[in-house]
Amino acid sequence: MATAVFLEHHEGELLKPSLGVLSKTAELGGDVAGVVLGSGVRELAAGAGAYGAAKVYVADKPELERPMPQPRVDALAKLVREKAIDTVLFAASVLSADVAAGLSARLGAGLNWDLTDLVQQDGSLVGKRPALGDSVYVDVGWSAEPRLALIRAGTFEPKESGGDAEVEEFDLEFEDFSLLATMLEQAHAESEGPSIEEADVIVAGGRGLGSPDNFKLVEELAQALGGAVAATRAVVDAGWYPYATQVGQTGKTVSPKLYVACGISGAIQHKVGMQSAGTIVAINKDPNAPIFEFCDLGVVGDLHEIVPKLTELVRSRKS
Amino acid sequence: MKIAVCVKHVPEGTTHARIDPQTKRLDRSGEGAINAFDTHAVEEALKIRDEQGGEVLVVSMGPPSAQDSVRKALAMGADGALLVSDEGAAGSDLVATTKALAAALEGEEPDLVLFGQQSSDSDGAVLWAAVADRLRRPVISQAAELTVNDGKVTGKRQTEFGYDTIEAPLPAVVAVSDAINEPRYPSLKGIMGARSKPQRTVSVSELGVGDDEVGEAGSRTLVQALNDPPPRGETVKIEDDGSAAEKVVEYLAERKLV
Amino acid sequence: MTRPADYPPPFNPRGYVVGPSDPPEERIDVGVLIVGGGPAGLACAIRLGQLLEENPELAERLGDVPIAVLEKGKGVGAHLVSGAVVNPRGLRRLFRGRDVRIEDAPWYGRVEHETVYFLTAGTALKVPTPPTMRNDGNFVASLSQLSRWLAEHAEAGGAMILPETAAEKLLVTGARTVGVRTGDKGRGRDGEPLPNFEPGSDVTAKVTVLAEGTQGHLTGIAIDQFGLAGENPQVWALGVKEVWKVRRPLDRVIHTLGWPLRGGRKYREFGGSFIYPMGADMVTLGMVVGLDYRDAELSVHDLLQELKTHRLVRRILAGGERVGWGAKTIPEGGFLAFPYRFHAPGLLLCGDGVGLVNVPALKGIHYAIESGRLAAEAAVAALQPGRTPWTPGALASYDEALRKTYIWKDLERVRNMRPAFGHGLVLGGAVAGAATTSFGKLPPRDLHTEPDAAHSLFRTTRSRRYPAPDGKLTFDKLSSVYLSGNKTRDDAPNHVKVQTEVPEEVALMWERMCPAQVYEAKDGGVEVTASNCVQCGAITAKGGRLTPPEGGSGPEYTLT
Repeated sequence: MATAVFLEHHEGELLKPSLGVLSKTAELGGDVAGVVLGSGVRELAAGAGAYGAAKVYVADKPELERPMPQPRVDALAKLVREKAIDTVLFAASVLSADVAAGLSARLGAGLNWDLTDLVQQDGSLVGKRPALGDSVYVDVGWSAEPRLALIRAGTFEPKESGGDAEVEEFDLEFEDFSLLATMLEQAHAESEGPSIEEADVIVAGGRGLGSPDNFKLVEELAQALGGAVAATRAVVDAGWYPYATQVGQTGKTVSPKLYVACGISGAIQHKVGMQSAGTIVAINKDPNAPIFEFCDLGVVGDLHEIVPKLTELVRSRKS
Repeated sequence: MKIAVCVKHVPEGTTHARIDPQTKRLDRSGEGAINAFDTHAVEEALKIRDEQGGEVLVVSMGPPSAQDSVRKALAMGADGALLVSDEGAAGSDLVATTKALAAALEGEEPDLVLFGQQSSDSDGAVLWAAVADRLRRPVISQAAELTVNDGKVTGKRQTEFGYDTIEAPLPAVVAVSDAINEPRYPSLKGIMGARSKPQRTVSVSELGVGDDEVGEAGSRTLVQALNDPPPRGETVKIEDDGSAAEKVVEYLAERKLV
Repeated sequence: MTRPADYPPPFNPRGYVVGPSDPPEERIDVGVLIVGGGPAGLACAIRLGQLLEENPELAERLGDVPIAVLEKGKGVGAHLVSGAVVNPRGLRRLFRGRDVRIEDAPWYGRVEHETVYFLTAGTALKVPTPPTMRNDGNFVASLSQLSRWLAEHAEAGGAMILPETAAEKLLVTGARTVGVRTGDKGRGRDGEPLPNFEPGSDVTAKVTVLAEGTQGHLTGIAIDQFGLAGENPQVWALGVKEVWKVRRPLDRVIHTLGWPLRGGRKYREFGGSFIYPMGADMVTLGMVVGLDYRDAELSVHDLLQELKTHRLVRRILAGGERVGWGAKTIPEGGFLAFPYRFHAPGLLLCGDGVGLVNVPALKGIHYAIESGRLAAEAAVAALQPGRTPWTPGALASYDEALRKTYIWKDLERVRNMRPAFGHGLVLGGAVAGAATTSFGKLPPRDLHTEPDAAHSLFRTTRSRRYPAPDGKLTFDKLSSVYLSGNKTRDDAPNHVKVQTEVPEEVALMWERMCPAQVYEAKDGGVEVTASNCVQCGAITAKGGRLTPPEGGSGPEYTLT
C-alpha cells in the first residue's frame, strides 16, 4: 500500500486531525507519505516525520498560499499519477472535503467519507462509518485504485513515533480553471470561542438547572473546558437561552469529543442531536433519567453543587 | 442569468430510513422528501433571480419519485426542471453520480450552479466540488452569504476558523450553508402551478453517458457489510457523596479530555 | 366538583367565519373543494372524477382545477390513525363497474378468525363475539397506507391533492359557503410574521365538502355557524395504538374488554383494546377509551403500555420490535349525536367529522367512503345546468341519500349502546344486548349523553400502576411522539386553545390524558408544549380546543 496523507495546516502549524490520520496510517503499514501544500511551508513539512511519515512531499508555490481547494487537486493528482500512490487519506474539514471530492472526479477514484475507522480486513482496506443517524454502522470499500477517504475529524489521535521524514519537493502546473477563484480575505481563528457545531467540548444545560440564572454555571464550566454552551428545547422554549444553541431533533446535531449534560433528562428528541459525541457525561438528580441509559459517565447528584466544583477543579488543572 | 440548483430526493426522516440488507443500498422505496439543506440552495437561487432577473432550473438525479422534490422546488418558484432518471443509475456512488450530473449541467450551460451543504441521507459534503472539477469551473463551499454582480460571485465561506471571502468569475459552482437564508414556504398558487411548469426527464444515455459509467458499474466504492453500532460501552454511574466532581475530573483526565 | 367544562378555552368559532379578503385575481378558484385527504374526502374526489368523465360539459364549467383536496398533513396519510379492520362494502360500491380490483388495495390479509376476551390482570376469558362485531370478509389495513392508494386513484381521476395545506377559516357570504381560507405559514411563537411569512389564500369553490375526520375544525365551525347541531352533543373516545414487528404470525383478530379498565360505574371507563395481525410479520394493537372518564389520573397511552404486560399480549409481542405509534380520537355519539342536517348552501359534511361511526362494531371507514361518494353525487346533481348548489335545499339530496343507506340503518339500530355503557359495564352490557336482539327497538326511550368535559373529576392513585417504560416492551410518551415522525418547529404559534390557569385536577387530567405530553401541570395551572402535539383531538373533548397548526406540521404516520 502506498499512501499519501493530506496534511492540512493553519497559521504555521500542521493540524492535529491530519497528524492523527498520519499516525493511524503508519500503523496500517506500507509506504506512508505526508503531503504539505502551501507557500513558505518547507520547514513545516519536516515535522511530519515525527508522526509516522517516512516521506513528505511538498509543493511550495504562491498559488497554494491560500487555503483554496482546486490548486490542491492539481497537486495531488500529479503526485498520485507520478508516484503510483494507491491511497490518499484526508482528515475531514471544509477544505479537505472539497479537495478530496475534486480529486475523486479528476482521477475517477472512489471516495468514502465520514469514516470513523480504517482497517485491513481480508487483505484489503476497509473503512467503517456510521449511517442513518448512527443507527447502523457500515463497512465500506473500494472497487479500484486509487482509493480516497475522508476521515471524521478527531477520530485518530496523533502519536509521536519519533523519526525523520525525507522531504521531497515537487513542482507542478495548474489548470486554468483552478486559479479562477481567489480569496479576498482569509479567516483567522476566532477568539470568541467555538460555535457548537465545531466545538470539541460542549456543556449543555436543561430544565434541571431550575432557572435561567443557573446557565451561568454551564457557561463557566464551558469556559474552563474551552468549549461551547448548548441548550435543550425545553429551556430554549422557556426563553432561558437562544435557539442557536439548541441541540436536538429540531435544533442542531453535534458530535464533540466531550458532551457534559447538566440537568438534562435525555429524551430522544435531545438524544438524537448529541448521541454520537465521543464521551457523554451526565449530571442529573433523577436516577431514572433516560440519559443514564446512554451516557458514559452518569452522576446522580445536585448539579448546583457539582458543576461549580468541577469548574474549579478544571481551572486549577489548567493552570 | 441562468441558475441551476441541484436537489436530492431523500428518504423521509431518520425514523423511517433504512438500508436494505440485500442490496446494501438505502431503501428509497418509501416516502421521500427534498433534502432540507437543498431548500436553502433553492431559496438562494430564487432570491438572486428575483433581484437580477433570469431563470432558475431545478436539476435532480434519482428515481421517478424524485418528481416530488423537484415539484417542491418548482412550487417555491423555480422556472423549470430537469430530472435525470435511469434505473441503470441506481446505486451510483460519487464518481458515477457526478459524471451524470455534470453531463446534465453542461448541457444546460448555467451561469451559476447551486448546491445545499450536505445531504441528509449520506451525510456527504462532497458533491459540488466533484461536479465543479468535471465542469472545469471554480467552486465556493459553505457559503453563508452570497452576492452576484458584474459576472462574478462573491461568497463568505464558513470554515472551522471563521469566514473567508472568496470571489470567482461566472460560471461558477457554489454550495450554500443552511445559515444563508430561511427558505420560503411555497404559496398555494405556487404549489398548484408547479405541475404546469416545463419539466424534462432524461436517461443517462441521452446525456451521452455510458451505462458502464453509472450505477454499480460506474462506481468505485462499495458497501461491504452492515453492522450494529458498536456498543457505547458500560455506563459508569456514580452517586454524589461530595466527591463526584473529583471523580469526574479523574475520568476525563484518564481519557485526555481535560 | 371540578369539571373541565367550567374552564372553557379562549376560542370563538365566529372568528373562523370570514368573507373572502384576497383581491379577486389572487383568489384560487376551483370547482369542488374537499377539505381532508382521508377516506371520505378521497372517495368524494374519486366519485367526482368518475362523474366528470361522464359529464365533460360540467368538467369544463368547473375550470382548470375541477376537484381540489386540501390535506393539512405533510402528505396523504400523515395524520391518519385507525385499527383497522375494513368492511370492503364502501370500496366495492365506489369502484363498481370500474377497472379497479379492491383486492389490489394494500391490505394486510383478510380476517379469518376472531376472538373476544374479557381480561383480568392475570387471566383472559374468551367470551362469545357479540353479533355487532363479526368481521368475516373484512380486511385488515393501515388507514394511512390505504389512503395513499386511494389518493393515487383520485389523482388519476383528475383531482389535485394539496398537502401541507390547512383549511383555517370558512369563507361565507350571507348564508352561502364559498370556500375556505388556508392557514398562514411562517409565524412565530406570538403570531408575529417571520422573515419567510407566507399568508394563507382564499380558495373559492362552487361546492365545499368538509371531510376533516374526527374533531373536524371547520366542521365544528360550520355546525355552529349554520345551527346544524343535533339533540345530543358529540362525545369521543381516545385511541392510542402501536405497530409492532413480531416473530410469530398472529392468526386472528382480537378484541378485549375489562382490564386494565375498571368496570365500576363511577369511573365511566368505557372501551377496550384491539390486536390485529398485519400480514405475517407485523401486528397492530391499540387501546380505546371513552373520554367521559372521570379519574384525572387516567392515561390511555399508559393503559396501552400496561395492556402489553398481560400474559396474552406479551406472548404475541415476544421478541418483537415497536415500529409505529399513533393516537387519535374517535367520535362515539353515533346516531343520537348526528347533526340535524348534513348540508348547508354550498356545503356538505362527511365521515368521522359528523360522527358516522358504528361504535359497537368499531367501523367507520366504509361509512366515510360511502358518505364521500354520496356527497360527490349530490354536488354534481346540484351543479347541473339551471341549478346552483347554494340555494337552500339544493344539496338536500345528500341528506335524503344518507337516510336511505345502510349507514343510517346500522347506526339507528345501535344508537343506545354507547350511552348505555355510561351506566357501567354490567348494566351497559345488558342494555347493549337488548338493543342488538331487538334490532334497536329497545330501550324504549333514547338515552342521552352529556359532553365529555361535563363530567366531574376525581383523583385516584391509578398512575402508580402504570409500568415504568423499559424501552423494549413499554415506552414513554416522548419517544412515542418521536416515532410518530413529529418534528413540528418549536417556534410555531400555539395552536392549542386552553385556559392556562386551571385547578390542579384539571391540569393533571390534561397531563395524563394527552398521549403526546403537551400539557404539564405547574403551580397555578398548566404549561403547553404545542410542538409535541399529534393532533389527536382529545383536548377538544375535555375542555380545550384543538385548531389546525401550520400546514405540514404534526405527525408523519405511515403504518398506522
